Amino acid sequence: MKKGNLTVGIFALLLLLFPLVVRSSYYQHLLIIIFIWVIIGSSWNLLAGYAGQVSFGHAIFFGVGAYTAGILVTKLGVSAWWGMLLGGFIAMAVALFVGWVCFRLRGPYFALATLAGGEIFRLIAINWESLTEGMVGILIIPTFKSKLPYYYLSFGLAAACILAIHLIMRSKWGYYFVSIREDQDAAESMGINTNRYKNIALLVSAFFTGLAGAFYMNYMGFIDPDVVFSLHYISIMAILVGIVGGVATIMGPAVGAVVMVGLQETFRSSFFGLAPQWVSEGHAIVFGLLVIFVIMFMANGIVGDWNKISRLFWRRKAVRT
Amino acid sequence: MAVFIQTMVAGVLIGGVYSLIGIGMTLIMGVMGIINLAHGQLMMVSMYITYVLYHYLHLDPYVSLFIAMPALFFLGCLLQKYFLNPLIKVDSVLPENQVLMTVGIGIVLTEIARFIFTSDYKAVKTPYSSAAFFIGSISFSVPMCIAFLIALLFTAILFWFLLKTDLGRAIRATAQDKEAATLMGIDSEKITIITFGIGSALVASAGCLLMPIFYLFPDIGGPFTLKAFVITILGGLGSTVGAIVGGVVLGIAESLGATYIGMGYKEMVGFVIFVLVLVFLPGGLKRLTKI
Repeated sequence: MKKGNLTVGIFALLLLLFPLVVRSSYYQHLLIIIFIWVIIGSSWNLLAGYAGQVSFGHAIFFGVGAYTAGILVTKLGVSAWWGMLLGGFIAMAVALFVGWVCFRLRGPYFALATLAGGEIFRLIAINWESLTEGMVGILIIPTFKSKLPYYYLSFGLAAACILAIHLIMRSKWGYYFVSIREDQDAAESMGINTNRYKNIALLVSAFFTGLAGAFYMNYMGFIDPDVVFSLHYISIMAILVGIVGGVATIMGPAVGAVVMVGLQETFRSSFFGLAPQWVSEGHAIVFGLLVIFVIMFMANGIVGDWNKISRLFWRRKAVRT
Repeated sequence: MAVFIQTMVAGVLIGGVYSLIGIGMTLIMGVMGIINLAHGQLMMVSMYITYVLYHYLHLDPYVSLFIAMPALFFLGCLLQKYFLNPLIKVDSVLPENQVLMTVGIGIVLTEIARFIFTSDYKAVKTPYSSAAFFIGSISFSVPMCIAFLIALLFTAILFWFLLKTDLGRAIRATAQDKEAATLMGIDSEKITIITFGIGSALVASAGCLLMPIFYLFPDIGGPFTLKAFVITILGGLGSTVGAIVGGVVLGIAESLGATYIGMGYKEMVGFVIFVLVLVFLPGGLKRLTKI
């Protein structure tokens, strides 16, 4: 345990020093995006990995958070930073409604209900033009030119999110969540109010995702319904980050975020300009293939199946010598 | 009044095709207990097959039914055999592995289509694409009517197949109780493969039937997957009759929404119905009829 703490500490220190050493704003930007995905992936993992309620609709909370921040600027004329305070709570309010409807269903049906929910929100955002500006989207001027404030803020949020989930999972709540995942009926018969604890998991998850959304608005300065409510680029990506890194592990989504964002960026830039241009169109297909590969051969993700992976490499080394 | 009747007619006609999509989904769900999130994408594949056959060989979309359906049957069988069935043996935390797998398959199919055909809109322009005949002041689109009739025919054949043939009975038995069916000597793994094939073939036929009317692009699959899901929830999980009724109801609701609320909300009507069904009628229309 102590050794683990030391590793995390050193790692956090390195990340804190990173932008002071690497001045390139491109790499700082990449890490900020990774931090955003760490938040979304971890909160998805809390609901899906620990409580067993696989959500295909995390774009709902991300989008609501982002639009809260955006609408504060366009309609009320206050700074989008207020969205960082409000975004999480508005996302929680939305989550209450989503939970009320979707927790009537179990397993795959719940998953699909959240997926439909995400599409409903996307269509509302497109069509309710008087509030959301529709497909035009919302454009604001970012407060800071330098990436540093955003870097430290997103790093802080990501760290807080992981720490919160770590603490929750060590508390009574955590055990309730896992028992619901393992067998909902058994949990119910043990006297756990499953509906309440599923809702708690959803609320916490929605809060952090909404926060990430509000931060995204502040950082990127532009949102439109097809970006923040996107099924493929938010909801499915959240799932990918979770399962590639490892469901039901604390650090899994963080690893997943690094892998997924790294992969996305590598392909988008055609292996940093080394490969021909058409490779950049292939990043989505690589995602799909990665899902298939991970589910078939590493069902518990990189962190969850770490022993299996390291054994594989160790064996290969052994054969060589 | 004429507008209302016209809306209803359009809704029922498209509803017939929706039923076809919904039945495929409900069959797969009944037998394997999973939702096939690549359903619409399979339809997209069949639409591209139809498009290619029309573009290069000038085959009528209705003729390509006989090519697209077997092709998708085999594709479905392969997917089930090599991608979905092996997952039962994989040990994992999440029980929804198979559903996630269908998501992956859906992404890969869409992106392969984008790679080959680019994101451009394609269309098959047949002489009858915009033909219509009139009864009174109500217009009936010819391709929609043909689609509706063929959809009815396929549904009838499927019912005959499920009720009267040995294979059909085996499928129903597996859907009711997989373990009991296995004990009765049914190779349930083979049944799941065949069922996925049949479901894919049904949605392939829907793709061919819609081809003269719709534009085609790689992302067309997603919305249809959602539609299929709404239909199955609406009709009651795993109920074939429910899927037929659900398809028609969704068709009517969408077309009413498009006429009276606005085109932009057409897609949303389905989801709103879906939420209402979940809240007020969990179990779907099946609950009302007790069939």
